Amino acid sequence: MGVIEGEGGSALAKLGNIKLSEAARGLALAMPPLAYTLLLLAVPILAVIYLSFTAREPDADGNMVMSFANYVRVWTDPLYLHLLARSVGISVIVAVITVVLAYPIAYFIAFESGKWRHLWILLITVPFWTSYLLRVLSWKIALGQSGAINSILLWTGLIATPFEGLLYNIGAVVTVLAHSYAVFAILPIYVSLVRLDRSLLEAATDLGDGAVRRFVRITLPLTQRGVVGALMVVMIPTAGDYVTPVLIGGKDGIMIANQIQAQFGKANNWPLGAALSVSTMLTIGFAALAILVLARKAGRLAR
Amino acid sequence: MMAGAKNRSVLAAYAVAYIVFLYLPVVLLPLFSFNQSITPSFPLTGFTTDWYLALADEPEMHNALINSLKVAATTSVFATLLGACAARAFTRYKFRAKPAAEGIIMTPLFLPEILIGLSMLVVILWLGFELSLVTVVMGHVLVCLPYCVTVLISSFDGFDVTLEEASTDLGEGALGTLWRVILPIVMPGLISSLIVSFTISLDEFVLAFFLSGDEATLPVYIWGQLRFAAKLPIVMALGSLMLVASIGLLIISEIVRRRGERRLKPSGMDTP
Amino acid sequence: MNTPIISIRGVSRHFGAFTALDNIDLDVKQGEFFSLLGPSGCGKTTLLRMIGGFMEPSSGKIMIDQKPMDGLAPNQRPTNMVFQNYAIFPHLNVADNVGYGLRKLRLDKAQFTARVQEALERVGLSGLGHRGGHELSGGQRQRVALARALIMQPKVLLLDEPLSALDKKLREQMQLELRRLQRAVGITFILVTHDQYEALSMSDRVAVMFKGRIAQVAPPQDIYQRPASRDVADFLGGMNFIEAQIEAEDALELKLASPLTGPITLARRDGFAQGLGKATLGIRPERLRILGPKETAPIEITGTLYDKVYYGEVTHYSVAVRGNTQPLQVAVTNSSGGPELAAGSEVKVGLDRSALVLLAP
Repeated sequence: MGVIEGEGGSALAKLGNIKLSEAARGLALAMPPLAYTLLLLAVPILAVIYLSFTAREPDADGNMVMSFANYVRVWTDPLYLHLLARSVGISVIVAVITVVLAYPIAYFIAFESGKWRHLWILLITVPFWTSYLLRVLSWKIALGQSGAINSILLWTGLIATPFEGLLYNIGAVVTVLAHSYAVFAILPIYVSLVRLDRSLLEAATDLGDGAVRRFVRITLPLTQRGVVGALMVVMIPTAGDYVTPVLIGGKDGIMIANQIQAQFGKANNWPLGAALSVSTMLTIGFAALAILVLARKAGRLAR
Repeated sequence: MMAGAKNRSVLAAYAVAYIVFLYLPVVLLPLFSFNQSITPSFPLTGFTTDWYLALADEPEMHNALINSLKVAATTSVFATLLGACAARAFTRYKFRAKPAAEGIIMTPLFLPEILIGLSMLVVILWLGFELSLVTVVMGHVLVCLPYCVTVLISSFDGFDVTLEEASTDLGEGALGTLWRVILPIVMPGLISSLIVSFTISLDEFVLAFFLSGDEATLPVYIWGQLRFAAKLPIVMALGSLMLVASIGLLIISEIVRRRGERRLKPSGMDTP
Repeated sequence: MNTPIISIRGVSRHFGAFTALDNIDLDVKQGEFFSLLGPSGCGKTTLLRMIGGFMEPSSGKIMIDQKPMDGLAPNQRPTNMVFQNYAIFPHLNVADNVGYGLRKLRLDKAQFTARVQEALERVGLSGLGHRGGHELSGGQRQRVALARALIMQPKVLLLDEPLSALDKKLREQMQLELRRLQRAVGITFILVTHDQYEALSMSDRVAVMFKGRIAQVAPPQDIYQRPASRDVADFLGGMNFIEAQIEAEDALELKLASPLTGPITLARRDGFAQGLGKATLGIRPERLRILGPKETAPIEITGTLYDKVYYGEVTHYSVAVRGNTQPLQVAVTNSSGGPELAAGSEVKVGLDRSALVLLAP
């Protein structure tokens, strides 16, 4: 299957053997999906970056005018800065909460679930296969002023007046996002735990580590990649979440995605929306980078 | 060995509590969809199937359903085809650009959907295309691709290259080998991938919201109905049906995958 | 019958800077059971895969049945392969696995079944045709792989370490069966193995390979008794090396001297090119014996016993001798109750001249 090199093969054989090398075949086969993703993701993102550097109004000849004005506005207007900070803040908090809550359950499934392991994984993944929109809607039904939680508490007489602040605040947004992204956090941690060589844990115990010390010195550092992966895969999409802030956040819980959507929609200021999008990505990117660096530092300290 | 008996039961209790937390909100939807009252609150006022029956009189919903099925079916085929190329390339061949290619194909998994949707919207409108179900499919294929690739890689990974060599050795050409050996063996993975991408596409809202134009898919239709409090029970009935459909599809995909795995355990060595 | 079924001329294969095969010349005779023996990474599997068409040589020529094979894919060659892991199609039952290659012949159902039946019988699997490909034991899998390849009636059957996946007992049984099968069908078998016992017990001829080159091609007895070089001798079990000096030579004979053996004369071997000077003699441990007080031998060496290892049917004694850096290893069969020898005692080791072999360095 290799390429004929040198003078060995006859001319005829060479003709019959215009075969691609292994590497070239692999690349050729990967090309269609790769090209698709580049065409429909990279090109549009480049277009948005370009758009973000244009002015809202074209010049007299109808040409686009290059401008930094959108960025100046995003990075000076307290409204946008506040939204950016809030969105990234929420996403970091959500990521940390989900990961902290997910670690024990991933640990449980990896080490203690025995023959029921597959069932547990199925149980964990089933909600993930239900529509995100419907899950958020369920939360809205649960948290509403006359919703499930309040009404059941009133009905059972545990409270006399309904809670006011269940819905439409940042706490509600964090709760719902943490719930929605739970699976994303469990799976990477679970995978890293399953791959952990158990004899290492036995060795640590054998060498005198207690359960806690062993966890800090062996288990956690060796599953660090899973934890960091989980943080990333929760943090980045939640920072740009659109549905939850609209349905659950209300006025006090809106996030940057709502503002971006407004610029592309009602406000009809696409360049500003584009600049907001790019700024969001950059901010999340920096936050992600910071977490990566911190994780590496923490990993070194644990040793 | 891993933990004391006490720690273990604490962990188990936590796991159960976690699952309850995971499922509780989701259960509310079907629960209230059978409740007579329009507002979803306790105490329940009485059992009814009216809301489900009312779905029959929502022509808009029917259109949305048909749209969603069209989009999901097309998406699943294209995403699985592209995913199969990628998975085969990643499991069968070594090439220098592999990590980069994998990274790029997986990116949509990490990006906020609103950014993907809006970026595509910008380009589509710039190029002068109309928004339609086609543009929704384009977006859905993009976000389904990472899932298909993941499912297919795990299915292709156990595939033993010598089976292909054996087929060639026994006289088959490339096409014969594909048809008689490769396809039958990876079929469970392909079916899994089709179902997974079908489900994701059926449930996907944000991209559909930005890219669908006038032709709503089911989630977009539901989003539109949320403004009307009176429609909530019908939406809950519809949502419950979608939950059941998604979970049913997931279970089918899981069964197919397991069966395939059991049937095609890589021809291992004998333990002496 | 004299023309070789496989003829390999000047075949090399490079992987980047690594040379897997270095200018190989080899002929395999029609109907022969031929083994390629060597440590892992010596190029034996590469050579086998080139004969089968799974890999092209970087340079050189491979002829099968006098036809050049350049650029021919495996499905265009008169060879079939038994793969190391057997490559049984897991989605097909035994009969469909065995009959996989018959599709091109467009047989009707009865003919197909008959051919498959015949092939299954030949490998002792009749009645298992409906068993799934994934529910077979290692031995059964190997038989299916054999039947599947033999049904194609190849000119040459290639076997890539076909016994390495089996446990010891089954392996020994399959060695006999393979040999018997090869005699019965009369097809040329080429076996790749790293197990010298396998190669010795089954083959008509063995090629020993090291680092991409063929070190020696000969029948099993010659490979074992008269290895061409230290490497070959070493790879096929234990060998004592005795330092010697070539003092005179002519076209027929070599005269050597060694502090251990005294002056000896050996017939010149084909292809032995070394001139006067330092040389190495080899002798297998089982060709040495510990002499009792009254026994004598053509050559006698005195030394000190310093170690012994008991292996059941044999005991290995290490005897330190003056004039040789290495101690002599002596294998004694534990058949008759020989003398109990204690470490440190002085012993006499005896040997016959004919057991000595002159090795290329």
